[in-house]
Amino acid sequence: MTTATPATDAEIVIRIRGLRNQFGTHVVHDDLDLDVYRGEVLGVVGGSGTGKSVLLRSICGLQIPKSGEIDVLGTNVLAATDQQRAALERRWGVMFQDGALFSSLNVRENIEVPMRHVQGLDPSLRSQMADLKIALSGLPYLAGDKFPSELSGGMRKRAGLARALALDPEILFLDEPTAGLDPIGAADFDILIRQLSKSMGLTVFLVTHDLDTLHATCDRVAVLAEKKVLVSGTMQDMLAVDHPWVHEYFHGPRARAAMDAIPLTKGE
Amino acid sequence: MTGPQIELFSAEGSAQFVLRGSFSLATLTPLVRDLAAAVAKGPVEIDLANVTRLDTSAAWAIIMAEQEAKEKGRPFAITNPSDDAVTILGAVRRALPKPDSAPPKRLTLTDRLEKVGRSVTAAGGFILELLGYFGLFLDRCVRSIRHPSEFRFTALVHHCNEVGVKAVPIVALMSFLIGVVLAFQGSTQLRQFGAEVFVVDLIAVSVLRELGILLTAIIVAGRTASAFTAAIGSMKMREEIDAMRTLGIDVAGALFVPRILALLLMLPILGLIANLSGLIGGGLMAWIDLGISPGMFQTRLIENTGVWHLLVGMIKAPFFALIIGIVGCHAGMQVGSNAESLGQKTSASVVTAIFAVIVTDAVFSIFFAQVGV
Repeated sequence: MTTATPATDAEIVIRIRGLRNQFGTHVVHDDLDLDVYRGEVLGVVGGSGTGKSVLLRSICGLQIPKSGEIDVLGTNVLAATDQQRAALERRWGVMFQDGALFSSLNVRENIEVPMRHVQGLDPSLRSQMADLKIALSGLPYLAGDKFPSELSGGMRKRAGLARALALDPEILFLDEPTAGLDPIGAADFDILIRQLSKSMGLTVFLVTHDLDTLHATCDRVAVLAEKKVLVSGTMQDMLAVDHPWVHEYFHGPRARAAMDAIPLTKGE
Repeated sequence: MTGPQIELFSAEGSAQFVLRGSFSLATLTPLVRDLAAAVAKGPVEIDLANVTRLDTSAAWAIIMAEQEAKEKGRPFAITNPSDDAVTILGAVRRALPKPDSAPPKRLTLTDRLEKVGRSVTAAGGFILELLGYFGLFLDRCVRSIRHPSEFRFTALVHHCNEVGVKAVPIVALMSFLIGVVLAFQGSTQLRQFGAEVFVVDLIAVSVLRELGILLTAIIVAGRTASAFTAAIGSMKMREEIDAMRTLGIDVAGALFVPRILALLLMLPILGLIANLSGLIGGGLMAWIDLGISPGMFQTRLIENTGVWHLLVGMIKAPFFALIIGIVGCHAGMQVGSNAESLGQKTSASVVTAIFAVIVTDAVFSIFFAQVGV
């Protein structure tokens, strides 16, 4: 199958080779290869149970794969020492599906959590930085004093994003960023991801089901099927693929509707 | 990656900064400090030509300094920014947070008084709510008598197993040990008067009247009130309770009645087991330590200890059961939508249940003393 690469020879920030994940006898990934290039927004799609989230968790080191190699920013995640891992974790941010905010802390304190490891940063500056991240992720200033339970789903996601951005990471992992949001909120979130990735030079690894998000934010799409990355390339490339699932996914009624909407959502 | 450097060339009050390397949170404090000092003195120029990476915090520091300079009417220039730096400065400038909240108010004396008043009324409200749950429980019990088909017998058996049968080992062991301790302590004291044989009365009266049932209730409160709160609370958290309501299932009948009824049935039985193993423990220790043979222990127990001692103890069991069950179910229903409140309510329900059990026991003691039983 095709493995399209971006036109420029951009630096590879995530390199996965021969990844195999299995739970008991159930094999999720087998001999999976994937490259993510610096500065791109990569959307990972696939049917339910094809292991999109497992892939994300493997890259972040939350799931130890059976075999394979994962290099992130030049560090082998699976063989890294504690020190290397800690250094790496400062260079990526992860936003979980429902924000995964710490419920005993308010939003500002949540965002300050990763900043506490930064030496020589005094507390008042830290809270001002948290306020900046709150504003960058499109939350109102007063949201900083609120607790996660007082926020709506969309605001929780934005707060989760703000926490993922706390240390100005180079790579941002997003797990289903628009799931559970209303169309307006989801479209806003798409635009936000796009803006942040461009203005902060982020590489974004995004797991999604949402075709609109794919159209509006992603430079490249990787399709997980048959336990590996079946194809990867731009949205246009995807339309030419004749694998039944891929064809169904990108030519279904919802896909066509999302395609028509490109000019509306692409506006930055 | 070279470490970030801030070079400062100052001449005649004006300052020229040359930033080199990659800037992030780690270098924010010196950057903010140096910029503020320079802006306070005179014109500032920042050269970004040698910056490899400018993060949002550094951009924020530069923009804050720029604003400060603008307010003071000082010239401020950013020279040679890379394209990346321009976009990031732009993004931060657009997003700049505006503190618009009023500073938190200091608490005055009236505020504190109000707080005290509110917590007192809340306590009153809490007792009323518990009474409300008691009423609900009675109402649903009567309803199940009138409509036996609605009664959840399977759930009752399940909860009897959970709160009763599974608690037997811990309750029996605890009570056995209490009997041993009583016999041991009693014998050392009573031996001074040569009244060792009264240790039997001591064990019998204290275990049967008070300790057996009270300690059982405390253990059950710790085990069961928390389990009720956690189970009902997690159902509340996941909106299962709401789902039941929309499906027309009576929450009180389905969740509270089997649980409280199971406690009501099982606590007296557990109390009886506790009494029994307390007496066995005490008897064993009396035999080993004082040489009071089991036969003698038995005779003395039957002759000198009236059966009302047992009744005085057992009559408290249903009250304790109701308290534990109602407190546990009520706390479960107070759980909000986050995991933290589940933990809070679970521990609160245990503390409330144990406290209420002890208070009730004290009230009973006073009552029995007054009526002379």
